[in-house]
Order: sequence, then structure tokens, then C-alpha cells
Amino acid sequence: MYSHARKLVAPAIAGMLFAAPAAAELKIAFIDPLSGGAASTGILAQKTHQFYIDAINAAGGVNGEKITLLSFDNKVNPQESLIQLKKAIDDGARYVVQGNGSSVAHAITEAVLKHNERNPGKEVVFLNYAAVDPALTNEKCNFWHFRFDADADMKMAAMTDVMAKDGKVKSVYLINQDYSFGKAVAAAAKGMLAEKRPDIRIVGDELHPLQKVQDFSPYVAKIKAAGTDTVITGNWSNDMVLLIKAGKDAGLKVAWETYYGGSPGTVTAIGEAGVDTLKQVSEWHKNATPELDATVAAFAKRYPGAENEYTYWRAKTMWEIFAGAARKAQSNDPVKVSRALEGMKMQTPLGEVEMRADNHQLLQPLYVSTLSRNVKYDVENSGLGWKTDAKVEARSTSLPTTCKMERPK
Amino acid sequence: MSDSALGSVVLSAASATDPPNRWLRQYGAWLVVALVLLVLPHLPGFGNDFGRSLLTQMAIAAVLALSYNMLLGQTGLLSFGHAVYFGLGGYAAIHLMRAINHGLPIPMPLVPVAGAAAGLVAGAVLGSATTRRAGTIFALISLGVGELVYAATFMLPGYFGGEEGITASRTRAPHPAGIDFGSQLEVYYLTAAWALLAAVLMYAFTRTPLGRMCQAVRDNPERVEYVGYNPQRVRFFAFAASALFAGLAGGLHAINYEIVAADAVGAQRSGTVLLMTYIGGSGHFAGPVLGAIVLTWLQASLSGYTSAWLLYVGLFFIVTILFAPAGLSGLIVMHAPVVRTKAFLRLLPAYAIAIVPAVVAAIGAIVLIEMSYRLSTQPELGTRLQLFGTTVDAATPWSWIAGAVLVAGGGVAFRSTWMRISSAWDRATDEARASGTTER
Amino acid sequence: MLELATVSILNGVVYGLLLFMLTSGLTLIFSMMGVLNFAHASLFMLGAYFSWQLGRWIGFWPALVIAPLLCGLVGAAIERYGLRHVHKRGHVAEILFTFGLAYVIEELVTMIWGRNAVANSVPKVIDFSLFQVFGSSFPAYKGLMMAISVAMFVFLYVALKRTRIGLVIQAALTHPHMVSALGHDVPGVFVLVFAVGSALAGLAGVIGGFMLLTQPTLAHAVGPIVFVVVVVGGLGSLAGALIASMLIGILQTFAVAIDYSLLDLFRTLGIVVARSSPLHDFYAVKLSTAAPIVPYLLLVLMLVVRPRGLMGRRDA
Repeated sequence: MYSHARKLVAPAIAGMLFAAPAAAELKIAFIDPLSGGAASTGILAQKTHQFYIDAINAAGGVNGEKITLLSFDNKVNPQESLIQLKKAIDDGARYVVQGNGSSVAHAITEAVLKHNERNPGKEVVFLNYAAVDPALTNEKCNFWHFRFDADADMKMAAMTDVMAKDGKVKSVYLINQDYSFGKAVAAAAKGMLAEKRPDIRIVGDELHPLQKVQDFSPYVAKIKAAGTDTVITGNWSNDMVLLIKAGKDAGLKVAWETYYGGSPGTVTAIGEAGVDTLKQVSEWHKNATPELDATVAAFAKRYPGAENEYTYWRAKTMWEIFAGAARKAQSNDPVKVSRALEGMKMQTPLGEVEMRADNHQLLQPLYVSTLSRNVKYDVENSGLGWKTDAKVEARSTSLPTTCKMERPK
Repeated sequence: MSDSALGSVVLSAASATDPPNRWLRQYGAWLVVALVLLVLPHLPGFGNDFGRSLLTQMAIAAVLALSYNMLLGQTGLLSFGHAVYFGLGGYAAIHLMRAINHGLPIPMPLVPVAGAAAGLVAGAVLGSATTRRAGTIFALISLGVGELVYAATFMLPGYFGGEEGITASRTRAPHPAGIDFGSQLEVYYLTAAWALLAAVLMYAFTRTPLGRMCQAVRDNPERVEYVGYNPQRVRFFAFAASALFAGLAGGLHAINYEIVAADAVGAQRSGTVLLMTYIGGSGHFAGPVLGAIVLTWLQASLSGYTSAWLLYVGLFFIVTILFAPAGLSGLIVMHAPVVRTKAFLRLLPAYAIAIVPAVVAAIGAIVLIEMSYRLSTQPELGTRLQLFGTTVDAATPWSWIAGAVLVAGGGVAFRSTWMRISSAWDRATDEARASGTTER
Repeated sequence: MLELATVSILNGVVYGLLLFMLTSGLTLIFSMMGVLNFAHASLFMLGAYFSWQLGRWIGFWPALVIAPLLCGLVGAAIERYGLRHVHKRGHVAEILFTFGLAYVIEELVTMIWGRNAVANSVPKVIDFSLFQVFGSSFPAYKGLMMAISVAMFVFLYVALKRTRIGLVIQAALTHPHMVSALGHDVPGVFVLVFAVGSALAGLAGVIGGFMLLTQPTLAHAVGPIVFVVVVVGGLGSLAGALIASMLIGILQTFAVAIDYSLLDLFRTLGIVVARSSPLHDFYAVKLSTAAPIVPYLLLVLMLVVRPRGLMGRRDA
């Protein structure tokens, strides 16, 4: 839990009294795993968000108010997240930031919708920076949810475009986490590969429990037995690291097509065996631009160490476009900021990004990259780094949507 | 024997002959409780959504802890899988809520009944196999069943919702009297009403013959057989009844949070209810309620102040096991016969003298713990932290030395005050016994 | 098919032996003292952390020896200063004490090493492939683990059956009061047993630490399965614990590999189940998805049908 640095001795009743938010403070809640299996990604994300918020505050805050980030640990648990969400709202938070786990995102987006319906005038907005189940901007979309990461379908489109051109790919094994996001990845892979390369055989479609498997050797044995040359997986955090570890131990020789090959610890786990085989689709990687972005370098200086390898470029985009929307709306009120955010465009070092008004999905450039030697910037002190295979411009990542959201008057 | 109602001690049972007085003494406590529940959400400190939300959570936890104590305190069954019945009740309730959202004309306040029913059915089905043995075997079976059910929820995503759980709305329902349960205050009153009803029923259970036999089974199962009862059947009934009330708590949980997911049946929740019941005291009816209130408050509020809160709770639990096995309520009740004696006035200074080194040692320990947590879990916040009104720097060795000295010195001084307390206590109990105001 | 079966058996045996390493200590403690030590998996975790920390200071091989000794000391302290005061109040109090201890140890570990997993990777000296099986390599550290596990079994077996102290322990298993009446220092033996059991858990942790991820939730992740092994194997039986570990290890590994469901079975038998049937979802569950519940199913069945366990000599 994030210590608020308040005095420790407080009478019981007074401890439950929460002072009205200070006049010049905008409270934003961060609800993500800070302990347990996904702690590595949650903690890294928290540091990244705090880093950009500090930058905004140093420049004067938004509309005169400094942002305070309140952190809550949810252990990737939808029920726990709603308990923390209640706490956050009662604490005065008007914005909620979450990303690790689409299961949680589903619960939060529904809860935020219900809260806003029941408490007009005290609306809360959900800033989703990493939960990429496409349903959140399609059948489950609502006005109060904004997503700043390309959804699973958009990423799969970019990945399969590159795979389609690769003659070496003959068979594919799918292994994913058994929940909404993992199933979405599997469905997207099957659909898009059938379209673009019907000759590729899908030799396996595995779903394993989320954040529970300690030893992936049985799964690796199945992959081996299926005799595939490529594995597609949406696994993240511990599930990614342990899968890769088991694969390396067993000497599995496949191409790893991943969403989260950049998960902390993955490159360290695979090491040299990952060169030219570990691929990922992401909105950025360390060698995306010839020179390292200044904020990335500053982050690395402030947080040295392999477990703090910068990953969340989308946090930078999110906070910059958020601050821009707040400036445009000349207010920090969630309703006004949301209206300003819809349809907004912004320039970034990687290209132009746009927040779609129809389904609140951010369009940003996507990179498909492979782990290589001889790159300018390496990751996790391994001597290996990412090299771009293909870049998809923001506009081209856009996919049709079924979203029909109700807008406030 | 364990039947003191809510901290008020029935001192001389023999004199309860006057009918109105007896009625008042027996039911007066419950009326007071009802009044308190009515007034609580309007007191300063609870007047906002957070306070009312906290009260609702406490009420749900109290029902769950009371249902757990039907097993632990009354029947002597230690269960590590009690959350199963809570969760299954919650799932049934949330599915009913969904049906109501889609048009079923049942008012929302009746939803917890579905939870209770599901709890009862689950308790009867699972209990028939698991209550054949008591003691350690029962504990292990309950652990196994708990893990089994938890893992099984992921295998049936149609009913249990998989990782996402099942959600529903508590407002999309018929609205008798115009109440839609959108506000936390309305939810609190609904929860408090059900909690009071559940507590009354559970208390009544302790007074029934079955309830008494449960206590007999706890104390001496062999003798129970001689008296003509089958201990296994008694355990089974206690188990089913406790599962019913656990399911009721689950239903209340479903209304409050509008989501039920797999961790509602999980081991962590089972562990928490065990902690609550034990810390509050399993020997008295109101003990679990006290434990539920204390632990819910700690979970909700302390976690905002320090990342070490779970360590404090764990240490508190261990201290309770070692030195106060009767729990907080046990400590309170232990003092009841002594309070009226003159010797109590001498006991108080003894406590006061002992409290000082205890607090000093505690401060030292807190300083050391907080500094360690800061360095290991939030190093980016720097090494300076605010404690007790001053800034402490974890980077300097003096802070560590100071903390260690406080712990050691306070601890030693505290040990030496024990003699004083123990003799003052002996004197007080002797006096109490002499004047005839002791416990039975 | 043969490849999958062979590799699965190998993986199952490895997993089973890891389980045995983890549970051998608890078998000893539970059998002898009747204490259901919830903190056993925590000592496993402590072994992992100690060995990582010591490994950074003095290298892997010394850490392999010292970390378990440290865990043994911790175990001795727990018994001497904590559990001893609780024994007289019965098994329930003992269980509760170790239960609370598990929470505390997890938090202490967080306090010292943080919430993130520490970079406990396979030491370079054993990070190579031992042999190849159907194209899959079998890493050396798994081989080391198997060797240590078998050595543990042999050591415990010899210690219990062939030494005097072992005889005392075995006697105290079924007749603790008599043994005490004969003049043996039963409390002292308790401390020894607890210390040895904890040291074994620590040793398992040294290897387990880099096979799994070394983080504060490690104890929580492996905790439940430990009890399954001890109970299924049976009280007082070392061989039972070994057999139960192997059984569970192999069963679970094979379960993951099998994608059949009851529905498939029915189909081969010619029975068709309608999609709208209420149990359809249940029948459609593949064995690979049901793998996590296999050990617990076994536990519950064993406790209901034969509480003595596979080879136990006494009920709990």
C-alpha cells in the first residue's frame, strides 16, 4: 500500500474522517496489482505514472491543481478492485487509472458507469492504460472509459500482417491465459490468420489459469509434441516470464510472437536463446527512435536496475493528452475533460495520435519488433535489445467498432 | 458456558423474577443494538459514503464471523474453508439479482434469502461428507474442499463467470416505497436490518437444545453419545446452519458490491474470517462481532497509513493466541467481575505503569518496521519518513539504533511490570470472589 | 504421443520429487507432533530467499549448505519460543499459531526484500543441459534437485529406522506419553524434529527458489499442495509421502497434457449430451483445464474414505 506519509497516530474516529480534498489538489486513483504474481508490472506502471505526474506538477499542474496519485493494490482481482474503487471514490478521486487485467477493467468500467448514473455531479472517469480486451471499446463501451493502449485485435492485425509475409511460418500454437483477454487473443489469431494465411495450420489452442501456474513444463511439453515453429501468446507478467523460462529450459526452438515480450524479466529469462526468435507488438520500444527519448533516459536515471526497465510509453502519451484535454476544457471536471478528450489529436515523437470519439480508443503507432544483438539500446542489462520489423501508423491501426455509447447531455 | 450478550454481563441470574424486568434484561440489549445501528450512519465520522460503506462492510463481516463461530466457538470445529458457503451464497444472490434486472418481479431486499438458501444447500451437501470427523481431520477436509471449490469455479465459467466474475445491478429492480438502493445509506440500512435479524437468529440458536448439544459436542463428544445424541449429526446440523448464515452474508456482499468473483470462495477470505473470529474471541457470542469490527476497520483504514498493516495484524493475531486465547471479548469479560471491586482501583495504576514501557517498545518496533518497509517496497520515495510527528531518516544508523533501543528497553521494562499487574490482578479477583460478584 | 508421454513422466517425476523435498519435513513434524504446520511453506520460501541472498555474498555451493541451517535455526526458535507455549492448549491452538506465523513470515520477507520477485535465476554452475530426450533438453539443476530429493529420503529413512533418536521419534509417534515416562526429553526431541523439518524445507527452497519465482507469495502458492501430500501419503509414513508426491506430481502433469473431457468420452461411447443440458458445461471441461483440482479431489476423497492415508499408521 502506498503510504500517504500521514502521521501514524490518529484517533480511530478521526482516522475515518477524510478531510475534504484540498483546494489545489486533483486526486487520481491508481488501482493495479502491487503485490502477488503481477506485482512486477504493477509496480513498474505505478512508478511510470508517478514519474509523468511529477513532471506535470513541476510544470504547475493542470489548471492550477497539482495531481495526487493515490495507489491501491488489487492483486488483479475484480472484486478487490471494486472494494478499492469505492475507497478511492470516497477518498475524493475523480479519475481512476488501471490497466493490468481486462477482468478488472470490465468490473471497473461497469462500476464507474453505475456510480455515475447514481451520482450525477460526482462523475468518475476511467483511464485504461493497458487492459486490451476489445470488448471494452465495443460491446461493453461507455462514455466514461478511455483506452490508451491498442486493443488485442489491433495488435493482432499488426502482428499477423508481419507473419503473413514470413514464409518460414508454417504452423502456429496458441497459448493464452484463461480469461477475457486471453480468449480474445486466441480468437483474433485464428480469425486473422485464416484470412491472411489460410495455409498456416493452428496446431494447438491452450488456455491456462491466470497468474496461477508455477511450472510451465507440462505446457511446453505439449507445444513440443505438437511440433510447431511458432507460438502466439498474450501472456503477461509472471505468466510470460515462467512460460519463457520453461521453454528455454526445455530447449524449445520456436518463434515467440508475443504481446508482452517486454514484460519485466522476460528478456533476462530467455537470454541469447531469444535472439531473432522473441518478437513483440508494442506502441514503442527502446530503439524505435534513433535517439532515446529524454523522459525515458530520465526515468532510467531515477530508477536504475533491470526490474525498472522502461516499458510504459503509453503512460507518457496518456498523461500528455490528458493534460492537453484538461487545458482545452479549462477545467478538471471529468465531464468537461472527457468531452475535450474525445476526438482530440496530439503530436508525439513517434507520430500523431488520435482519441477516437466513437469508442474512446486511442489510435497510436504500433511496432512489431524482434529481440536482436547489435542494437543501440539494450534492455535489462542483457546486451540484447529490440529491433523494428514493421511500423504501423496510427490511422492504419483503426478497426471497425460496434460501440454505441450514451453521452451525457 | 458462553452466553453474555454484547458485553453486558448477567451477574445474578437468580433474581430475574420480575417479568417486565426480565423481558427488558433479556431483550433490552437487542433494542439498544437496533437503536445504535439506526443512529450510527448519522454520527460524525460516518456521515459520508466512506463511513457508511465501512459500516456496511463491518455488518457483513459480523454476520460471517458469527456464522463461523457457530462452528469454532460453539461446536469446536476449526474450518479453513468457510468462505465456500459465503461465496456460493453470493453467487446465488448475484444470479438472482441478474434475473431481477431482467424483469423478475422480486424486490431487492429479498435477495439475501437466495444467498441463505444456497448456503444451506451447499452446507448440507458438503457437510454430510465432511462432518464425519472432528479436529485436525475436519480442518484438513475443510481446507481441501475450499481449494477444490475455488479451483472448480474456474472450470464452470457459465455459472461462476471465470476471472471476471458475475456482475449485476441493485438498482434495476422493482422499487417498493421508492427506494432504489442506489445510495450507500440505503444499502447500509438493508444490510444492518438483515445483520440484526441474522444475529438474533444465531443467538436464539445458541439457546435451543441443538445449540446446547453443539457446545456439549465441543466439550465432550464421548459423553454426548452416552446421553443419547449422535455427535456427527449434531455437527452436521451446526455445519448446515452456519453455512446458511454464511450464505446470507454472501448475499449481502453481492448487493453491496454488485459483483461476485472467485475469490469470494477463496482461502484468503476463509483466513480472514478465522482471524476475525479468533481475535474477537470465540468464547462469547459478541466476540466475533468485535473481531469483525476491529479487523474491518484495520483493513480499511490502517492500510491507508502504512504498507506494514498486514504485519501488524499478523503479530496482533499471534500475540492474541499466545497471551489472550479468549480474544478481545474474553479480555473484556474477564474484567467484568473485577470492575465493581475496590481492588480494581489499584489495578488501574498497575495497568497504567505497564502501558508506558509497552507503548515505548511498540513505538520502537513500529519505527524499525516502517523504515524497513520504506526501503524495500518504496525506495523511490526516499529514506525520510514521517512518524509520530517527526521525520525519521532510514539512511542514518541512529534511527535504527534508536528503534532497537526503544524495543529492547521497553520490552525489558514491560516484563518487569508483569509481577505488579499479576499481584494486583490476584488481589482484585480475590476481592471479587469474596464479595460474591464473580463469574460462575 | 510417446514423446509427450515420456516427457510428461519425466516432468511428473521432477515435480513429484520437488513436492517430496518440500513435504518430507512436514511429514516428520506432523507425524511426530501432530502439528499441522501452516508455516512450513513459509520456511521453504525463507530457504529460497536465504540462498539467494547468501548466494550473492558467498556463492551457490556454500549457500546450499548454510541456508537450510539457517532455516533449521528459525524452526528451532519457532518451536522453542512459540509453539512450546501452545502445545498444552491442543492442536487447534497450534494450527492457529502456525497459521498466523505464515502471515507474519510473508510480511517479514516483504519487509526485507520487497514485493517484487528477486532475480533468483539458476546459478551458472548448474545451468546446462544434462541430456536430451526426444529433442527436449533436461536441465542439470533438475537433476541436482532429484539427487538431493533422493538423498533426503535416504537420510530420513536411515535416521528414523536405524538410529536411536530415530527409534525414540518413532515411538513418540504412537506413544508420546510413554516415551516421556521412560525419561526421554520429549520437548527437546520436539525442538530437534521441528528444526530438522524446517531445515529440509529450507533445502527444498534453495532449489525451488530458482525453479519457481522467489517472491513473497511463493509460500501461498505452494502451501495448499503440501497438505495434500502429507495427508494422502499418510501419517507417520515417509514412504507414503514419497509415493503421494510422485502420484500427485505425475497425475497433475499428465492431466495438463490430456485435452479430453467427459463429453469426448461420452461421444466415443455414443452418448450425446444436449448443449442446453444444465451439466453440459461441466461435461465439456477438458482434463487439462481441470488439472488444478486433481490434488484437492484426491485429498478430499482420501480424508473421507481413508483418513489414515495411503500408508499411514495412525489417524490424525
